[in-house]
Amino acid sequence: MNNNLKEQVLRSSGVNVLKCMRCGKCSGTCPSYDEMEYHPHQFVYMVERGDIETLMKSESIYKCLTCFACVDRCPRNVEPAKVVEAVRLAAIRQQGNNHLLPTQIPEMLDEDLPQQAIVTAFRKYAK
Amino acid sequence: MNTFTYYPGCTLRTKAKALDAYARASAEALGITLEEPADWQCCGGAYTTAKDEIATKLSAVRVLNSAKEAERPLITVCSACHNVIKQTNYDISHDEEIASKVNNYMQFDQPYNGETAVYHYLEMLRDVIGFDELKKKVVNPLKGKRIAAYYGCLLLRPSKALAMDDPENPTIIEDFIRAIGATPVIYAQRNECCGGYITLEDKAQASKRSSKIMESASDNGADMLITACPLCLYNLRKNSGSELPVYYFTELLAEALGVKEANNEQ
Repeated sequence: MNNNLKEQVLRSSGVNVLKCMRCGKCSGTCPSYDEMEYHPHQFVYMVERGDIETLMKSESIYKCLTCFACVDRCPRNVEPAKVVEAVRLAAIRQQGNNHLLPTQIPEMLDEDLPQQAIVTAFRKYAK
Repeated sequence: MNTFTYYPGCTLRTKAKALDAYARASAEALGITLEEPADWQCCGGAYTTAKDEIATKLSAVRVLNSAKEAERPLITVCSACHNVIKQTNYDISHDEEIASKVNNYMQFDQPYNGETAVYHYLEMLRDVIGFDELKKKVVNPLKGKRIAAYYGCLLLRPSKALAMDDPENPTIIEDFIRAIGATPVIYAQRNECCGGYITLEDKAQASKRSSKIMESASDNGADMLITACPLCLYNLRKNSGSELPVYYFTELLAEALGVKEANNEQ
Protein backbone atom coordinates (compact mmCIF):
# COMPACT_ATOMS: atom_id res chain seq x y z
CA MET A 1 0.00 0.00 0.00
CA ASN A 2 1.30 3.39 -1.04
CA ASN A 3 -0.03 6.14 1.22
CA ASN A 4 1.52 8.98 -0.76
CA LEU A 5 -0.18 7.85 -3.96
CA LYS A 6 -3.47 7.34 -2.15
CA GLU A 7 -3.32 10.84 -0.68
CA GLN A 8 -2.45 12.28 -4.07
CA VAL A 9 -5.43 10.56 -5.73
CA LEU A 10 -7.81 11.62 -2.95
CA ARG A 11 -6.59 15.22 -3.08
CA SER A 12 -6.57 15.43 -6.86
CA SER A 13 -10.06 13.88 -7.26
CA GLY A 14 -11.62 15.62 -4.28
CA VAL A 15 -13.61 12.41 -3.74
CA ASN A 16 -14.52 10.99 -0.34
CA VAL A 17 -14.33 7.26 -1.11
CA LEU A 18 -15.78 6.41 2.33
CA LYS A 19 -19.19 7.64 1.18
CA CYS A 20 -19.49 4.62 -1.16
CA MET A 21 -22.06 2.04 -0.01
CA ARG A 22 -21.03 -0.55 -2.64
CA CYS A 23 -24.33 -0.59 -4.51
CA GLY A 24 -22.54 -0.99 -7.84
CA LYS A 25 -24.85 1.38 -9.70
CA CYS A 26 -21.84 3.20 -11.20
CA SER A 27 -20.57 0.00 -12.77
CA GLY A 28 -24.07 -1.07 -13.77
CA THR A 29 -24.54 2.12 -15.81
CA CYS A 30 -20.97 2.38 -17.18
CA PRO A 31 -20.88 2.19 -21.02
CA SER A 32 -17.34 0.74 -20.83
CA TYR A 33 -18.16 -1.98 -18.29
CA ASP A 34 -17.36 -4.87 -20.67
CA GLU A 35 -14.06 -3.30 -21.73
CA MET A 36 -12.78 -2.72 -18.19
CA GLU A 37 -10.66 -5.04 -16.10
CA TYR A 38 -11.49 -2.95 -13.01
CA HIS A 39 -14.91 -1.30 -12.92
CA PRO A 40 -15.90 2.07 -11.45
CA HIS A 41 -16.98 0.68 -8.05
CA GLN A 42 -13.69 -1.25 -7.87
CA PHE A 43 -11.74 1.96 -8.51
CA VAL A 44 -13.47 3.49 -5.49
CA TYR A 45 -12.72 0.67 -3.07
CA MET A 46 -9.23 -0.04 -4.41
CA VAL A 47 -8.36 3.62 -3.83
CA GLU A 48 -9.82 3.32 -0.34
CA ARG A 49 -7.53 0.31 0.24
CA GLY A 50 -4.55 2.23 -1.19
CA ASP A 51 -4.12 -0.21 -4.05
CA ILE A 52 -3.41 2.52 -6.59
CA GLU A 53 -0.50 1.02 -8.53
CA THR A 54 -2.60 -1.93 -9.73
CA LEU A 55 -5.08 0.53 -11.21
CA MET A 56 -2.36 2.70 -12.73
CA LYS A 57 -1.01 -0.30 -14.63
CA SER A 58 -4.42 -1.42 -15.89
CA GLU A 59 -5.78 -0.48 -19.34
CA SER A 60 -9.06 0.29 -17.53
CA ILE A 61 -7.90 3.86 -16.91
CA TYR A 62 -8.03 4.48 -20.67
CA LYS A 63 -11.50 2.99 -21.11
CA CYS A 64 -13.45 5.64 -19.20
CA LEU A 65 -15.37 7.74 -21.75
CA THR A 66 -15.92 10.65 -19.33
CA CYS A 67 -19.67 10.42 -19.93
CA PHE A 68 -20.36 11.21 -16.23
CA ALA A 69 -23.13 8.59 -16.06
CA CYS A 70 -21.57 7.19 -12.86
CA VAL A 71 -21.30 10.70 -11.41
CA ASP A 72 -24.95 11.60 -12.00
CA ARG A 73 -26.42 8.21 -11.10
CA CYS A 74 -24.55 7.56 -7.85
CA PRO A 75 -27.05 7.68 -4.97
CA ARG A 76 -24.27 8.82 -2.60
CA ASN A 77 -22.68 11.45 -4.85
CA VAL A 78 -19.30 9.69 -4.73
CA GLU A 79 -18.36 10.77 -8.31
CA PRO A 80 -16.34 7.69 -9.38
CA ALA A 81 -15.26 9.24 -12.73
CA LYS A 82 -13.19 11.75 -10.76
CA VAL A 83 -11.33 8.88 -9.07
CA VAL A 84 -10.65 7.24 -12.44
CA GLU A 85 -9.34 10.56 -13.76
CA ALA A 86 -7.07 11.12 -10.76
CA VAL A 87 -5.56 7.63 -11.15
CA ARG A 88 -5.08 8.12 -14.89
CA LEU A 89 -3.39 11.47 -14.26
CA ALA A 90 -1.05 9.84 -11.74
CA ALA A 91 -0.10 7.37 -14.50
CA ILE A 92 0.33 9.74 -17.46
CA ARG A 93 2.18 12.31 -15.37
CA GLN A 94 4.99 9.77 -15.06
CA GLN A 95 7.88 10.61 -17.35
CA GLY A 96 7.60 8.80 -20.67
CA ASN A 97 4.20 7.32 -19.82
CA ASN A 98 1.95 9.14 -22.30
CA HIS A 99 -0.70 6.79 -23.64
CA LEU A 100 -1.00 8.63 -26.97
CA LEU A 101 1.77 10.19 -29.05
CA PRO A 102 1.41 12.77 -31.84
CA THR A 103 3.26 10.39 -34.18
CA GLN A 104 0.39 7.88 -33.85
CA ILE A 105 -2.24 10.36 -35.05
CA PRO A 106 -1.76 10.33 -38.86
CA GLU A 107 -2.67 6.65 -39.17
CA MET A 108 -5.81 7.22 -37.06
CA LEU A 109 -7.19 9.99 -39.26
CA ASP A 110 -9.99 9.73 -41.76
CA GLU A 111 -11.57 12.54 -43.74
CA ASP A 112 -14.52 12.99 -41.36
CA LEU A 113 -12.83 12.60 -37.97
CA PRO A 114 -13.57 15.76 -35.98
CA GLN A 115 -10.69 17.65 -34.35
CA GLN A 116 -12.65 17.33 -31.12
CA ALA A 117 -11.79 13.60 -30.99
CA ILE A 118 -8.07 14.29 -31.21
CA VAL A 119 -7.89 17.13 -28.69
CA THR A 120 -10.06 15.17 -26.26
CA ALA A 121 -7.90 12.07 -26.57
CA PHE A 122 -4.75 14.11 -25.94
CA ARG A 123 -6.29 15.71 -22.90
CA LYS A 124 -7.19 12.26 -21.56
CA TYR A 125 -4.18 10.24 -22.64
CA ALA A 126 -1.14 12.51 -22.55
CA LYS A 127 0.69 15.20 -20.63
CA MET B 1 -30.13 42.13 -24.68
CA ASN B 2 -30.06 40.24 -27.94
CA THR B 3 -26.30 40.39 -28.44
CA PHE B 4 -24.20 37.54 -27.11
CA THR B 5 -20.57 36.52 -27.03
CA TYR B 6 -20.31 33.44 -29.25
CA TYR B 7 -17.79 30.64 -28.82
CA PRO B 8 -17.59 28.34 -31.87
CA GLY B 9 -14.69 26.07 -30.82
CA CYS B 10 -12.13 24.23 -32.95
CA THR B 11 -14.33 21.70 -34.71
CA LEU B 12 -16.88 24.27 -35.90
CA ARG B 13 -14.02 25.84 -37.83
CA THR B 14 -13.07 22.60 -39.52
CA LYS B 15 -15.13 19.40 -39.72
CA ALA B 16 -18.36 20.86 -38.33
CA LYS B 17 -18.72 24.00 -40.43
CA ALA B 18 -22.38 23.18 -41.05
CA LEU B 19 -23.15 23.26 -37.31
CA ASP B 20 -21.65 26.76 -37.14
CA ALA B 21 -22.99 28.21 -40.41
CA TYR B 22 -26.59 27.17 -39.71
CA ALA B 23 -26.33 28.40 -36.12
CA ARG B 24 -25.22 31.84 -37.29
CA ALA B 25 -27.80 32.06 -40.10
CA SER B 26 -30.62 31.01 -37.78
CA ALA B 27 -29.54 33.46 -35.06
CA GLU B 28 -29.64 36.26 -37.61
CA ALA B 29 -33.12 35.21 -38.72
CA LEU B 30 -34.20 35.26 -35.08
CA GLY B 31 -32.82 38.76 -34.44
CA ILE B 32 -29.91 37.54 -32.31
CA THR B 33 -26.43 38.99 -32.79
CA LEU B 34 -23.54 36.63 -32.09
CA GLU B 35 -20.18 38.31 -31.49
CA GLU B 36 -17.14 36.08 -31.67
CA PRO B 37 -14.20 37.19 -29.52
CA ALA B 38 -11.01 37.63 -31.55
CA ASP B 39 -8.74 35.55 -29.35
CA TRP B 40 -10.61 32.42 -28.26
CA GLN B 41 -8.70 29.16 -27.87
CA CYS B 42 -9.73 25.50 -28.17
CA CYS B 43 -11.51 24.35 -24.98
CA GLY B 44 -9.55 21.06 -24.95
CA GLY B 45 -12.57 18.89 -25.72
CA ALA B 46 -12.85 17.32 -22.27
CA TYR B 47 -12.97 18.92 -18.85
CA THR B 48 -10.23 17.83 -16.49
CA THR B 49 -12.07 17.33 -13.22
CA ALA B 50 -8.90 17.03 -11.14
CA LYS B 51 -8.48 19.80 -8.59
CA ASP B 52 -4.74 20.01 -9.22
CA GLU B 53 -5.22 20.67 -12.94
CA ILE B 54 -5.17 24.42 -13.57
CA ALA B 55 -3.54 24.98 -16.98
CA THR B 56 -6.07 22.75 -18.72
CA LYS B 57 -8.92 24.93 -17.42
CA LEU B 58 -7.49 28.25 -18.63
CA SER B 59 -8.75 28.41 -22.22
CA ALA B 60 -12.32 28.18 -20.91
CA VAL B 61 -11.58 30.82 -18.27
CA ARG B 62 -10.22 33.18 -20.94
CA VAL B 63 -13.40 33.13 -23.01
CA LEU B 64 -15.59 33.32 -19.90
CA ASN B 65 -13.71 36.41 -18.79
CA SER B 66 -13.84 37.90 -22.25
CA ALA B 67 -17.66 37.60 -22.17
CA LYS B 68 -17.67 39.13 -18.69
CA GLU B 69 -15.65 42.12 -19.90
CA ALA B 70 -18.02 42.54 -22.87
CA GLU B 71 -20.90 42.36 -20.33
CA ARG B 72 -22.66 39.70 -22.34
CA PRO B 73 -23.80 36.15 -21.77
CA LEU B 74 -21.78 33.47 -23.56
CA ILE B 75 -23.36 31.20 -26.18
CA THR B 76 -21.93 27.80 -27.12
CA VAL B 77 -23.15 25.31 -29.74
CA CYS B 78 -20.81 22.29 -29.59
CA SER B 79 -21.78 19.98 -26.70
CA ALA B 80 -18.14 19.41 -25.72
CA CYS B 81 -17.26 23.11 -25.59
CA HIS B 82 -20.42 23.73 -23.63
CA ASN B 83 -19.55 21.00 -21.14
CA VAL B 84 -15.98 22.19 -20.61
CA ILE B 85 -16.98 25.84 -20.23
CA LYS B 86 -19.91 25.10 -17.88
CA GLN B 87 -17.85 22.79 -15.67
CA THR B 88 -15.02 25.34 -15.53
CA ASN B 89 -17.48 28.05 -14.58
CA TYR B 90 -19.04 25.83 -11.93
CA ASP B 91 -15.73 24.88 -10.35
CA ILE B 92 -14.37 28.42 -10.35
CA SER B 93 -17.57 29.52 -8.58
CA HIS B 94 -17.53 26.70 -6.04
CA ASP B 95 -13.86 25.92 -5.38
CA GLU B 96 -11.90 28.78 -3.85
CA GLU B 97 -8.56 27.09 -4.38
CA ILE B 98 -9.14 26.65 -8.12
CA ALA B 99 -10.39 30.26 -8.38
CA SER B 100 -7.40 31.58 -6.50
CA LYS B 101 -4.82 29.64 -8.54
CA VAL B 102 -6.49 30.59 -11.83
CA ASN B 103 -6.65 34.26 -10.91
CA ASN B 104 -3.11 34.28 -9.58
CA TYR B 105 -1.95 33.09 -12.96
CA MET B 106 -4.25 35.10 -15.21
CA GLN B 107 -3.91 38.49 -13.52
CA PHE B 108 -7.06 39.89 -15.14
CA ASP B 109 -7.92 43.53 -14.35
CA GLN B 110 -10.61 42.11 -12.07
CA PRO B 111 -10.51 38.52 -10.79
CA TYR B 112 -12.86 36.10 -12.57
CA ASN B 113 -15.11 34.19 -10.19
CA GLY B 114 -17.77 32.66 -12.40
CA GLU B 115 -19.81 35.80 -13.19
CA THR B 116 -20.60 34.97 -16.84
CA ALA B 117 -23.95 33.38 -17.71
CA VAL B 118 -23.39 30.53 -20.18
CA TYR B 119 -26.15 29.34 -22.48
CA HIS B 120 -26.07 26.50 -24.92
CA TYR B 121 -27.71 27.57 -28.19
CA LEU B 122 -30.67 25.33 -27.32
CA GLU B 123 -31.04 27.14 -23.99
CA MET B 124 -30.97 30.44 -25.85
CA LEU B 125 -33.87 29.17 -28.01
CA ARG B 126 -35.79 28.04 -24.91
CA ASP B 127 -34.95 30.74 -22.38
CA VAL B 128 -34.20 33.88 -24.40
CA ILE B 129 -36.42 33.51 -27.47
CA GLY B 130 -38.90 30.94 -26.15
CA PHE B 131 -40.10 27.90 -28.10
CA ASP B 132 -43.55 29.47 -28.60
CA GLU B 133 -41.94 32.51 -30.24
CA LEU B 134 -39.66 30.28 -32.29
CA LYS B 135 -42.70 28.41 -33.55
CA LYS B 136 -44.19 31.69 -34.82
CA LYS B 137 -41.04 32.37 -36.85
CA VAL B 138 -41.02 28.99 -38.57
CA VAL B 139 -41.85 29.44 -42.27
CA ASN B 140 -41.19 25.86 -43.33
CA PRO B 141 -42.51 23.51 -40.61
CA LEU B 142 -40.97 20.04 -40.79
CA LYS B 143 -44.37 18.35 -40.74
CA GLY B 144 -44.57 14.59 -40.58
CA LYS B 145 -40.92 14.08 -39.69
CA ARG B 146 -40.29 11.77 -36.76
CA ILE B 147 -37.10 13.00 -35.15
CA ALA B 148 -35.09 11.38 -32.37
CA ALA B 149 -33.27 13.84 -30.11
CA TYR B 150 -29.82 12.58 -29.22
CA TYR B 151 -28.56 14.29 -26.07
CA GLY B 152 -25.55 12.09 -25.44
CA CYS B 153 -23.64 12.84 -22.25
CA LEU B 154 -22.14 16.27 -22.52
CA LEU B 155 -25.23 18.47 -22.62
CA LEU B 156 -26.71 16.95 -19.47
CA ARG B 157 -23.97 15.71 -17.16
CA PRO B 158 -22.75 16.34 -14.56
CA SER B 159 -26.20 17.84 -14.01
CA LYS B 160 -25.24 20.00 -11.02
CA ALA B 161 -22.81 21.93 -13.28
CA LEU B 162 -24.66 21.70 -16.60
CA ALA B 163 -28.15 22.39 -15.18
CA MET B 164 -29.71 22.41 -18.64
CA ASP B 165 -32.52 19.96 -18.04
CA ASP B 166 -33.56 16.87 -16.09
CA PRO B 167 -30.57 14.58 -16.81
CA GLU B 168 -32.70 11.42 -17.00
CA ASN B 169 -35.86 12.78 -18.57
CA PRO B 170 -34.84 15.81 -20.61
CA THR B 171 -37.34 17.67 -22.82
CA ILE B 172 -35.44 20.61 -24.33
CA ILE B 173 -34.61 18.98 -27.69
CA GLU B 174 -38.07 17.36 -27.95
CA ASP B 175 -39.62 20.80 -27.34
CA PHE B 176 -37.32 22.20 -30.03
CA ILE B 177 -38.47 19.47 -32.43
CA ARG B 178 -42.13 20.37 -31.76
CA ALA B 179 -41.37 24.07 -32.26
CA ILE B 180 -40.03 23.42 -35.78
CA GLY B 181 -43.18 21.46 -36.61
CA ALA B 182 -41.88 17.88 -36.39
CA THR B 183 -42.72 15.00 -34.05
CA PRO B 184 -40.22 13.93 -31.36
CA VAL B 185 -39.42 10.24 -30.87
CA ILE B 186 -38.58 9.17 -27.31
CA TYR B 187 -36.16 6.25 -27.01
CA ALA B 188 -34.18 4.71 -24.17
CA GLN B 189 -30.64 5.47 -25.37
CA ARG B 190 -31.05 9.20 -25.98
CA ASN B 191 -28.83 10.20 -23.04
CA GLU B 192 -26.27 7.39 -23.21
CA CYS B 193 -22.71 7.74 -24.52
CA CYS B 194 -21.85 7.31 -28.26
CA GLY B 195 -18.31 6.16 -27.45
CA GLY B 196 -16.75 9.61 -27.88
CA TYR B 197 -13.00 9.74 -28.42
CA ILE B 198 -12.55 5.98 -27.90
CA THR B 199 -13.08 5.77 -31.69
CA LEU B 200 -9.40 6.67 -32.03
CA GLU B 201 -8.09 3.52 -30.40
CA ASP B 202 -11.03 1.14 -30.09
CA LYS B 203 -13.37 1.24 -33.09
CA ALA B 204 -15.17 -1.87 -31.83
CA GLN B 205 -16.25 -0.14 -28.64
CA ALA B 206 -17.34 3.01 -30.48
CA SER B 207 -19.29 0.81 -32.86
CA LYS B 208 -20.96 -1.09 -30.03
CA ARG B 209 -22.06 2.11 -28.32
CA SER B 210 -23.24 4.00 -31.38
CA SER B 211 -25.11 1.06 -32.90
CA LYS B 212 -27.06 0.63 -29.64
CA ILE B 213 -28.21 4.23 -29.87
CA MET B 214 -29.20 4.00 -33.54
CA GLU B 215 -31.07 0.72 -33.00
CA SER B 216 -32.96 2.20 -30.07
CA ALA B 217 -33.99 5.26 -32.13
CA SER B 218 -34.84 3.17 -35.15
CA ASP B 219 -36.90 0.64 -33.15
CA ASN B 220 -39.00 3.52 -31.86
CA GLY B 221 -39.81 4.71 -35.36
CA ALA B 222 -37.42 7.62 -35.90
CA ASP B 223 -36.79 8.92 -39.46
CA MET B 224 -33.67 10.73 -38.36
CA LEU B 225 -31.56 11.74 -35.38
CA ILE B 226 -30.36 15.20 -34.36
CA THR B 227 -27.41 16.17 -32.21
CA ALA B 228 -25.38 19.21 -31.14
CA CYS B 229 -22.07 17.33 -30.97
CA PRO B 230 -19.63 16.81 -33.89
CA LEU B 231 -18.12 13.70 -32.29
CA CYS B 232 -21.55 12.13 -31.67
CA LEU B 233 -22.45 12.87 -35.29
CA TYR B 234 -19.23 11.18 -36.43
CA ASN B 235 -19.70 8.07 -34.28
CA LEU B 236 -23.37 7.67 -35.17
CA ARG B 237 -22.71 8.12 -38.89
CA LYS B 238 -19.43 6.26 -39.25
CA ASN B 239 -19.31 3.66 -36.50
CA SER B 240 -22.91 2.52 -36.01
CA GLY B 241 -23.44 0.66 -39.28
CA SER B 242 -26.92 2.23 -39.39
CA GLU B 243 -28.40 4.06 -42.37
CA LEU B 244 -30.57 6.31 -40.21
CA PRO B 245 -29.67 9.92 -41.15
CA VAL B 246 -28.01 12.10 -38.47
CA TYR B 247 -28.05 15.91 -38.64
CA TYR B 248 -27.02 18.86 -36.54
CA PHE B 249 -30.03 20.47 -34.87
CA THR B 250 -28.99 23.82 -36.37
CA GLU B 251 -29.43 22.47 -39.90
CA LEU B 252 -33.07 21.62 -39.20
CA LEU B 253 -33.55 24.96 -37.48
CA ALA B 254 -32.19 26.79 -40.53
CA GLU B 255 -34.46 24.71 -42.78
CA ALA B 256 -37.52 25.53 -40.67
CA LEU B 257 -36.64 29.22 -40.62
CA GLY B 258 -36.18 29.23 -44.40
CA VAL B 259 -32.50 30.22 -44.31
CA LYS B 260 -30.92 26.89 -45.14
CA GLU B 261 -30.42 27.22 -48.88
CA ALA B 262 -28.55 30.52 -48.63
CA ASN B 263 -26.15 28.94 -46.16
CA ASN B 264 -25.50 25.51 -47.55
CA GLU B 265 -22.08 24.59 -46.33
CA GLN B 266 -20.78 21.19 -45.42
